[in-house]
Amino acid sequence: MIRFLVNRLLGMAVVLFLVCVFTYVIFFVLSPDPAVQICGKNCTPEAIDRIRANLGLDQPFWSQFWTFLTGLFAGRTYGTGANLIDCAAPCLGYSFQSSQPVTEMILQRLPVSATVAIGAAVLWLLAGVSAGLVSAVREGRFTDRFITGLTLTGMSIPNYVLGLSLQFLLVVTLGWLPFPHAVAFGDDPVQWFANFLMPWIVLSIGAAAVYTRLTRANVIETLQENYVRTARAKGLRPGLVWRRHALRPALTPIVTIFGMDFAGLLGGALITETVFGLNGVGKLAADSITKNDQPVIMGVTLLAAFLVVVGNMIVDLLYTTIDPRVRVGSAT
Amino acid sequence: MTSTSDERPLLRVRGLTVGFPTAAGTVDVVKSLDFDLARGGALGIVGESGSGKSMTSLAIMGLLPKGAKRTGSIEFDGTELSELREREMQAVRGDRIAMVFQDPLSSLNPYYTVGTQISEAYLSHRTGVTRRQARKVAIEAMERVHIRNAPRRVDHYPHQFSGGMRQRVMIAMTLSMEPDLIIADEPTTALDVTVQAQILDLLAEIRRDTGAGLILITHDLAVVSEVADHLIVMREGDLVEQGAAERIFCDPQEDYTRMLLDAVPRIDDEIGLLRTAAVETGTAEEDR
Repeated sequence: MIRFLVNRLLGMAVVLFLVCVFTYVIFFVLSPDPAVQICGKNCTPEAIDRIRANLGLDQPFWSQFWTFLTGLFAGRTYGTGANLIDCAAPCLGYSFQSSQPVTEMILQRLPVSATVAIGAAVLWLLAGVSAGLVSAVREGRFTDRFITGLTLTGMSIPNYVLGLSLQFLLVVTLGWLPFPHAVAFGDDPVQWFANFLMPWIVLSIGAAAVYTRLTRANVIETLQENYVRTARAKGLRPGLVWRRHALRPALTPIVTIFGMDFAGLLGGALITETVFGLNGVGKLAADSITKNDQPVIMGVTLLAAFLVVVGNMIVDLLYTTIDPRVRVGSAT
Repeated sequence: MTSTSDERPLLRVRGLTVGFPTAAGTVDVVKSLDFDLARGGALGIVGESGSGKSMTSLAIMGLLPKGAKRTGSIEFDGTELSELREREMQAVRGDRIAMVFQDPLSSLNPYYTVGTQISEAYLSHRTGVTRRQARKVAIEAMERVHIRNAPRRVDHYPHQFSGGMRQRVMIAMTLSMEPDLIIADEPTTALDVTVQAQILDLLAEIRRDTGAGLILITHDLAVVSEVADHLIVMREGDLVEQGAAERIFCDPQEDYTRMLLDAVPRIDDEIGLLRTAAVETGTAEEDR
């Protein structure tokens, strides 16, 4: 078990290191010179040099990268002398636009993204798994075809189309929901819920469709298993046979995908957050891309990569509880 | 017939036909089968693969694959099973007729402990029983099939058991309900020879102790000779021959039965080419 953990952690470190290298190269080496951007219109070559020195851009690439990397773990300083700015770990640098520390910007917006992600995940898991199960046990019949048709529709609608249509229908035309605005849960739980309902629905529809398909395929497969026949031979009710003997094994691969999907979503739902004007990590990413704010783009990218890798790791650990055969060290 | 004159048979099958609709019309895999099983009797159904013996057992259980059509009469202890609704059949399955399948590993759900799997039939058929009682029943059933250390083993998963032990778990599963009829479909095929003998002994012992009827389905005449007192030989869905086991072993009436018997390797045989049913019937390709 410990060896397994150590192996996984080492693998994680390698993946994250490579992600760092690639994003660093893409955002800092291949992008336009940030010093020129920061400097603005009335710029002199001396000003640019000063900015470059402050940001450490005058250093060779590997030295810059090393400073960036150590900044992630130990913090770093910018500038010299009186202009010295201390950036505590995990330091992702400062926004070129607002000069705020990137770490702080992300942390401020993470709760919104997390709320969106958690709500959507609950919705799509419930809807996807139950629709998939129903579809599987009614394979080939009307219910199955109907659900399959719905999933096709769900998968085909782009998020922004669905988001804008829902807003138009529920807010503008019917007036059932308030126009999205920021409300804290503690202030007004009902408003808070009404506010997040549409983003949750929009974000979960596509995933729910995919999870329905996945669950359906997996359950149809496990229904062929000999142990399902055994369960029926025992005279168990069909509902019990489906839920206990067909669904449970079918959920294992779904947990794997869910881990990654959910972790990825925590790193921001770019389109949905933008459409609904939610101030989450996704919106931050969208804004920083339009403004070419490299440190922020890079920070968001690293965060997303980190979350996916960690999510994967958690799924691997969960496997040992989900599938008794993977349980290490429990053999007799 | 094995039924005694003063008692109705436990199982009475008449004109049982199982067919699958295909593009070229319905293909019957079991054709108008008639047989009886006496209370406490042991019937062996023998045949090569594709002879329809497994379909016969699934037809009795009402567990035929989707699309299969069953006609004919299956009378079990005075009840006509073919007339029961699915819900009524659920009450019979597992409780009164239990089944042991061929491959004990794939027939056990890898996600649940054997205790859970043994006791779930008990929990679903008996009302008002607690989990604790069901667990006790599971442990007792495991002890009856001679699984050592049952109180501890009850919490283990199928992959933690050897092949023979898994089949014992399968048998324990049927025992917890004290069924009137146990159908064992190729129960020893996936096991090695010494373990086969143990499982057969166990089936014989259970039959003796509980008085349950037994249907043993196998392609292996050596297996059936140890347990069954009555035999049915099947081929391509047809009943070729039936009668007392001893009679069929000593004096087979049909050529096909004789061939099957000849195909069993014997230690006192002359050394020669291994004869197979396929070569004899001319269905095999040119002898190399």
